[in-house]
Amino acid sequence: MSNTPENLRYTRSHEWVLDNNDGTATIGISDHAQELLGDMVYIETPELDRVVEAGEECAVVESVKAASDVYAPLSGTIIGANEKLADAPELVNEDPYGEGWMFKIQFSDAGQIAALLNASAYADVENED
Amino acid sequence: MLAAIGADSIDDLFEEIPADLINTNLDQVPPGLDEMELRRLVHQRARADGQYINFIGAGAYEHHIPAAVWQVATRGEFYSAYTPYQAEASQGTLQLLYEYQTMMASLTGMDVSNASLYDGASALAEAVLMAVRAQRKASRIVMPDTVHPAYRAVTQTIVGDQGIELISIEHDTDRGVIDSDAMASLDAEDVAALVIPQPNFFGNLEDIDALTNIAHEKGWLVIAVVNPISLAMLKPPGEWGDAGADIVIGEGQPLGIPLSSGGPYFGFMCCRQKLVRQMPGRLIGRTLDMDGKPGFTLTLQAREQHIRRSKATSNICTNQGLMVTAATIYMSLMGNSGLQTVANASHANTRILVDKLTAIDGVERVNDSTFFHECVIRINVPLDDAVRALEAQGIVAGLPLGKYYPAMQDCLLVCATELRTEQEMDDYALHLESIVSKRRLDPPSAQKM
Repeated sequence: MSNTPENLRYTRSHEWVLDNNDGTATIGISDHAQELLGDMVYIETPELDRVVEAGEECAVVESVKAASDVYAPLSGTIIGANEKLADAPELVNEDPYGEGWMFKIQFSDAGQIAALLNASAYADVENED
Repeated sequence: MLAAIGADSIDDLFEEIPADLINTNLDQVPPGLDEMELRRLVHQRARADGQYINFIGAGAYEHHIPAAVWQVATRGEFYSAYTPYQAEASQGTLQLLYEYQTMMASLTGMDVSNASLYDGASALAEAVLMAVRAQRKASRIVMPDTVHPAYRAVTQTIVGDQGIELISIEHDTDRGVIDSDAMASLDAEDVAALVIPQPNFFGNLEDIDALTNIAHEKGWLVIAVVNPISLAMLKPPGEWGDAGADIVIGEGQPLGIPLSSGGPYFGFMCCRQKLVRQMPGRLIGRTLDMDGKPGFTLTLQAREQHIRRSKATSNICTNQGLMVTAATIYMSLMGNSGLQTVANASHANTRILVDKLTAIDGVERVNDSTFFHECVIRINVPLDDAVRALEAQGIVAGLPLGKYYPAMQDCLLVCATELRTEQEMDDYALHLESIVSKRRLDPPSAQKM
């Protein structure tokens, strides 16, 4: 059974969002997503200062099975990217909610966070897979 | 077959295609031929090619091909146009492609090479798409007119409808090269890359170091278009300027592939390690198997269409396997010194040819730039007549440039590879001299039919 922390918000496309309570949010992919994808071999993170719309492709995860896009869950500006992933993509498998975070967004509309799934709603999405 | 799939006729089968898309004007397509008829036709066509002494280069070059190249390339183990579908079961083919990539990376001074593309022109289009992907927001490419006209046309066709703009830059006509000062002051937004040909279409050597540095200072990538044989003599693109070119492409035909009326040839592409995930085409890697033994494998396949679908780096995932096989054998047989000999001899022969031709009153070089193994000469008689008259003597004189550069109606691009003999060049000069002097003594107004 995948781990789905209660303090996070989720998307149907399997990103998690941590509200840092300072106008920024940290984003990664869920434990469930990394399990489905298998061993990561490459993560392409978005460049800093890029302005993204919610739903826009902004990172790519490449595993031994597939390459998939990661979507921005919120509109805003990219203010950070996890540089460790360039040399250690396996962090996404080992610690998807911690060391395996992907990027940070300074979001423009806090309302978008409230509209994301909570842990139990996301668990229902997982069960559909 | 129609009965098996439940269609009454061919028209029935194609019913789904909108009527306005169907080309009914196919009268020019002849009916099928049997093997005997086809053989007869092909022999006729081959005879029509004739036995000419060739002084045209312009993108495809007649070099000596050691007999062993195609003897080995057509062995059953190699004789296929494709990378195998069950790639890892064909370790020999993968090793050959791996060796090819190693040779190309070393020849160009770059980090990685793919397993080849279709030809030089489409390789340039792929390099343009790759540069735009790598630079993300920039979508314009600076394309000097010293790049091969066919490469520019193919690139325009492939990228023109993908929101990419090619900024055409006219060359410095005094020197037959890109003006680096003009490039430095070029004020253009959203540029992803500058294309630098070396040697350029006129055979001349561009100021690659200055141009590379100018491009990099402006934040542009550098796409080098090179002749692989010339790299045995010239600075590899990986060493251009302070940081080297970023993407290198070219036509692989000079490496052991016969002219064959225009194809099949192959394109090559090399790049910096940091761009490898944007590179199109297949890549072969060397790895260790479960028992720790070395082996070869397709690698970085997540870029490719069978995994990334519409977001693949390119829909060109195949390579010109057989051509690459021949090129790899050619490079193995020639080695560094062999390639240098070919490059030096081609350069020396073209210098001899140009000296012989420009010794004729009425024939001159259009500039005195340094060239590799091609050069533009100006002839003060109607060029088409001169070219036809030489053809009647069994000499293909060169490529008239007026069709591609309207200001160069009297200009001919000539080339003499290592295959041309002193005697052949003397014959060319002798016949040209008689054409030019006849014209001088007997001007067109005085000519009678």
